Amino acid sequence: MRLLLREALLSFRRAPLLSVLSVTTIAFSLYVVGLFGLVALNLRAALSDVEQRVEVVAYLFRGTSTETITLASQDIAAFPEVQSVTYVNEDEALARARKELVEFKDAYSDLEVNPLPASLEIRLKPGRRDAASVQAVADRLRGYRFVEEVRYGREWVEKLDRLRNIFGFVGLTIGLAFAVVAVVIIGVTIRITVLQRKREIAIMRLVGATNGFIRGPFLIEGAIKGALGGALAVAMCYGSYLVFLSQGSLATSGLIFFEPQQMSLGLLFGTLIGLGGSLVSVGRHLRNV
Amino acid sequence: MIRLTRVSKTWARGGAGLRDISLHISRGEFVFLTGHSGAGKSTMLKLMYAETRPTAGEVRVSGFVASALRPGDVPRLRRRLGIVFQDFRLLEDRTAEENIAFALEVTGARQESIPSRVMRVLSQVGLASKAQAYPHELSGGEQQRVAIARALVNDPAILLADEPTGNLDERATRGVFQLLRDINAGGTCVVMATHDLDLVRLAPCRTVEMREGMIVYDSGQDEQETPAPEGVEEA
Repeated sequence: MRLLLREALLSFRRAPLLSVLSVTTIAFSLYVVGLFGLVALNLRAALSDVEQRVEVVAYLFRGTSTETITLASQDIAAFPEVQSVTYVNEDEALARARKELVEFKDAYSDLEVNPLPASLEIRLKPGRRDAASVQAVADRLRGYRFVEEVRYGREWVEKLDRLRNIFGFVGLTIGLAFAVVAVVIIGVTIRITVLQRKREIAIMRLVGATNGFIRGPFLIEGAIKGALGGALAVAMCYGSYLVFLSQGSLATSGLIFFEPQQMSLGLLFGTLIGLGGSLVSVGRHLRNV
Repeated sequence: MIRLTRVSKTWARGGAGLRDISLHISRGEFVFLTGHSGAGKSTMLKLMYAETRPTAGEVRVSGFVASALRPGDVPRLRRRLGIVFQDFRLLEDRTAEENIAFALEVTGARQESIPSRVMRVLSQVGLASKAQAYPHELSGGEQQRVAIARALVNDPAILLADEPTGNLDERATRGVFQLLRDINAGGTCVVMATHDLDLVRLAPCRTVEMREGMIVYDSGQDEQETPAPEGVEEA
């Protein structure tokens, strides 16, 4: 094991240029994937911000008893889609209208009778904020006798749905394409390393080295290069993130970066690509000679 | 030690093959394999170190059936052989000493034993003083000596040499040849492919001449008329 490690490290010293080149190639390939991941991450965060506003409001008939409302609230809160149910009585509705609709402040302040109905505001669980779920909840709410009207901004929810679908599809496709390209480029880079040491491999075979022994240093080398490339890619992504942040515009102010867990995933991805690429390249080479 | 029985070899892409060859080489022999290029000398050696398989027939080397070895057993056969080539095949970025040590390391030799074993073979080929030299700092003859030292370091019973003097001037050729003779005198069986007839005339060794994939002359044929019983020579 010590010998394998030594041989793997020696190859960095013996071919520094090629080593640097392959680490950089791996880093840039993963950087592109990482940048895309970062964009996806932020778009998703933005989308979930918007999603949080998805709300179904059931306006109640005037004079519905508090008891009925309490019971119904518990009932509704038990729907699988529902996260929370908030009861807003007539007075609260008026107070809110006065505060939020400044333009009509005068109109509201002169009222003698409160025209606003009480309502139940229902928020849905994350993942259930799509048109179908919203529709289902709205339909069930309409079934209550004391519910006068249900509103949820149908068009808006459907638009959100479409956005989510497009984004999911495009994200997956482009993400996969980037990942495949990265794997191919990294594979080619490692293949060059193997070819560069073709002679050495041939000599190892002649003096009786087993294939496992020949493979060992390459695998370690590949894994180390992959890990280094992955780390460099994460660093470059972070650099780009800082550059974006420093633009200081409104659009970039709320940007988020990968969680440590996601960063280690990137590192692991690099290591595995390095390892896998080496395994395939050396394996193919050993089979062909 | 080495026995080829009715061996034929055809290459998929054409080129020099072998046609129905039978040959027996005993322990401790020194055998010249001669013939023009393309006569099949290298193919014969490749069959012996299991670089390729015969199309027909059987090749036995040092107790292994080289013609039917599982891929995993090839390294075990190679560790019992020393192999030397015309182009030396040294690793340019390692010193003479490291090149030889490398052959021991890849076979899993004990680390502590390596330096002394390396120095022993380097002295044997007369290059103890050049242990730290890189191949490009050595003459052709010296590089071939390092290659021979590497071939010897695992104490092989058989040394296969494919045109070992092909790249050397006359003086170096003599030196390397004498070294091979000395090694043979120590009990190692040496099979040397060469087209240098001057060299062949120099020493009274068994000569096997090949032409177009066949053996056309074998000076040792008389001694072979009664083959040793199966298994005895493979000990």
